[in-house]
Amino acid sequence: MIELTDTNSSKIAAEFIRSRTRAGSPAMGMVMTLVIVAPEEDAPEAMAAAKRASREHPSRVLGVILGDARGAAQVHAQVGSGDGWGGEIAVIRLKGEVVKHAESVVLPLLLPDSPVAIWWPTSAPADPAADPLGALAQRRITDSAAVPRGKSTAMLNQCRTYAPGNTDLSWTRLTPWRALLAAALDQHPLKVTRAKVTAERISPSADLLVAWLSDRLKVEVARGNSDGPGITEVSMETKEGPIRISRADGRLATFSSPHRPDRPVALKRREVPALLAEELRRLDEDDVYAEVAARLVKLRSTK
Amino acid sequence: MTHVNPLRDPQDRRLPRIAGPCGMVLFGVTGDLSRKKIMPAIYDLANRGLLPPGFSLVGFARRDWADQDFAQIVHDAVKEHARTPFREEVWNQLSEGFRFVSGDFDDDAAFDHLRRTVEELDELRGTGGNMAFYLAIPPAFFGTVVGQLEEHGLAHPGPDQWRRVVVEKPFGHDLESARELNRILDGVFPSGSVFRIDHYLGKETVQNILAMRFANNMFEPIWNANYVDHVQITMAEDIGIGGRAGYYDGIGAARDVIQNHLLQLMALVAMEEPIAFDARSLRIEKQKVLKSATLPARLDLTTARGQYTAGWAGGEKVQGFLDEEGIKKTSTTETFAAITVNVETRRWAGVPFYLRTGKRLGRRVTEVAIVFKRAPHLPFAETATEDLNQNALVIRVQPDEGMTMRFGAKVPGTAMEIRDVNMDFAYGGSFTEASAEAYERLILDVLLGDPPLFPRHEEVELSWQILDPVIEFWAKKGKPEPYDSGTWGPESADKMLARDGRTWRRP
Repeated sequence: MIELTDTNSSKIAAEFIRSRTRAGSPAMGMVMTLVIVAPEEDAPEAMAAAKRASREHPSRVLGVILGDARGAAQVHAQVGSGDGWGGEIAVIRLKGEVVKHAESVVLPLLLPDSPVAIWWPTSAPADPAADPLGALAQRRITDSAAVPRGKSTAMLNQCRTYAPGNTDLSWTRLTPWRALLAAALDQHPLKVTRAKVTAERISPSADLLVAWLSDRLKVEVARGNSDGPGITEVSMETKEGPIRISRADGRLATFSSPHRPDRPVALKRREVPALLAEELRRLDEDDVYAEVAARLVKLRSTK
Repeated sequence: MTHVNPLRDPQDRRLPRIAGPCGMVLFGVTGDLSRKKIMPAIYDLANRGLLPPGFSLVGFARRDWADQDFAQIVHDAVKEHARTPFREEVWNQLSEGFRFVSGDFDDDAAFDHLRRTVEELDELRGTGGNMAFYLAIPPAFFGTVVGQLEEHGLAHPGPDQWRRVVVEKPFGHDLESARELNRILDGVFPSGSVFRIDHYLGKETVQNILAMRFANNMFEPIWNANYVDHVQITMAEDIGIGGRAGYYDGIGAARDVIQNHLLQLMALVAMEEPIAFDARSLRIEKQKVLKSATLPARLDLTTARGQYTAGWAGGEKVQGFLDEEGIKKTSTTETFAAITVNVETRRWAGVPFYLRTGKRLGRRVTEVAIVFKRAPHLPFAETATEDLNQNALVIRVQPDEGMTMRFGAKVPGTAMEIRDVNMDFAYGGSFTEASAEAYERLILDVLLGDPPLFPRHEEVELSWQILDPVIEFWAKKGKPEPYDSGTWGPESADKMLARDGRTWRRP
């Protein structure tokens, strides 16, 4: 990594080209720019996650670390490529007035004619699409379960300000559950009369799962509390008996259904890099999430 | 009215396709194919959450094993060869469904036991009567096994159930034997239930040929005889025949590779646009190519074959084909084969397709090279373009999957000097980290009943029709020409292209 102090976007861009030449001009085939916005203390972990995701999605990763907004503007950067990254990276530290104009630093560094994704690993703007950095991106990834406090409120808020391209890792976490539930109804083409989601008391994912099930099944979906980890049980009542997936240890679930023996199913909680990689796989609007977000807002407002 | 699953939505593209309730019976448990490819692929599918809960695997072999012994074999195979990390909970889920049935292929009691095992799995594990029979055994036994399956009521599904049979190459050794094989399989299983695995077709890069050709606009206009000079399809291996003497002797490179992999690759490269990306439409287009393929009149001038001799390959001393264990000194089996195929359509008139394959060649590589005609007029001095070759588009199938485009560029400097440069798209290095092994994809497709990637018997028979005259011609012409291990094949292969004024690419 090359350190650039008191620098600007064009010097960072020049360093990208130099570092590529130094590496023998390898074919990169980068497919997108990923912008990560994080405070200093969360940045190393977020960059490590992006590194693992970059192997599936070679991209130019711009880590933007926003410091104290007071004082004179300073831009410091570390630029590099290789070393386990499937692309190029720059960690850009901003201090002073420029913190409020981070988009002016990022815009010149976006790869030409390719998608931009932005990820807030912890706290995110209340309205990501209206955020100046967020507005640069087609895909805006938040993680309501990772905000320090008020996770449920954060989730609800993200649903309220939903705009095409927004997504939340709490939704991504649900994919294996949803896949299994959908497969269960493939196997048992039965009408579901009611359903219940049991999870730890505060779980944005569980809130979304309730919203998804009630949106798709058009029945009331209850919410139960447990000690976790995460979601521990989902049950769907049918006239032939319940279809139930329960997972007490966050790893192995038991699948029970009418007239069938209970069966174990691996249902491991996934780590952030895997979630991020899934999120980057498709960069168009997630219509199903849009519906679920709308449903969650509706469910909350009628309460 | 059919039931619509409310949790499914075509918009919801995050949800993976999970196979419905089912199980698999594996014949030939102890073979390399089972241990290195099939078992690891099944584990990887389970690890990715793509197998249904209750998926069961029944092993069938002539060993005196209990279920646990079989589980141990699978365990070792998975530990050694699986692509994804070993996870205890996935293993537990999977291993509960392991069963083993011991017996010979002609043993009625064993097949009776197999039937009871399958029924018991329906009961205990909820496999729903859906079973795939994977015949990872030599084709000579297909008839016996398939006959036994039918006799013991295993071949025919009940209502709303399926039974499928999966076979591997070789699909016969000539047209007649292929027909015989198809007759055996089709006699018991309807042709939609027979899945022939050509693992090349499960590779991402091979599927990408279709994406590249039919999802883009910039390649199709030049994809014809107006611009293309010729096409080279190469599948080279750096290894010898290893321990496969029994299989390889008498089969040879042409039957082993050209008949299936290379002709399938050729069909994908040469075919017209299918009206849809489904099994039927793809098959129609591939068949058209195979039907219009012809061999040149003079097979002595347009084909080449060879046998590797002892020597040094990649810094290791290796023995010649005739010294390999289990090979007769007088064997005329070829380990290198190259043929010329013409595709008699308007698109490809006059464009030869050169197909070559061999063992103990320079390196392990499979690629399709589309070599373009030279620019019709070069406004440069002859000296300026001395280093400029024909433009080429190379689809690298393995390893280092991706595409290379070769074109001319000016060498920086005051003089006008044009030289070849390569532009690389590396599919492999970046995207395949999470992409599946060919076998994962194909086994999942079998369980889902999704056939686009499997050649049907018509294609197999057409391929033999193309290849049979070459093999017959060679059979009359004595021995293959020896070539040094670690090189790119016999001299006759180079001469064969030189006659057309062309050279092989060094892949």
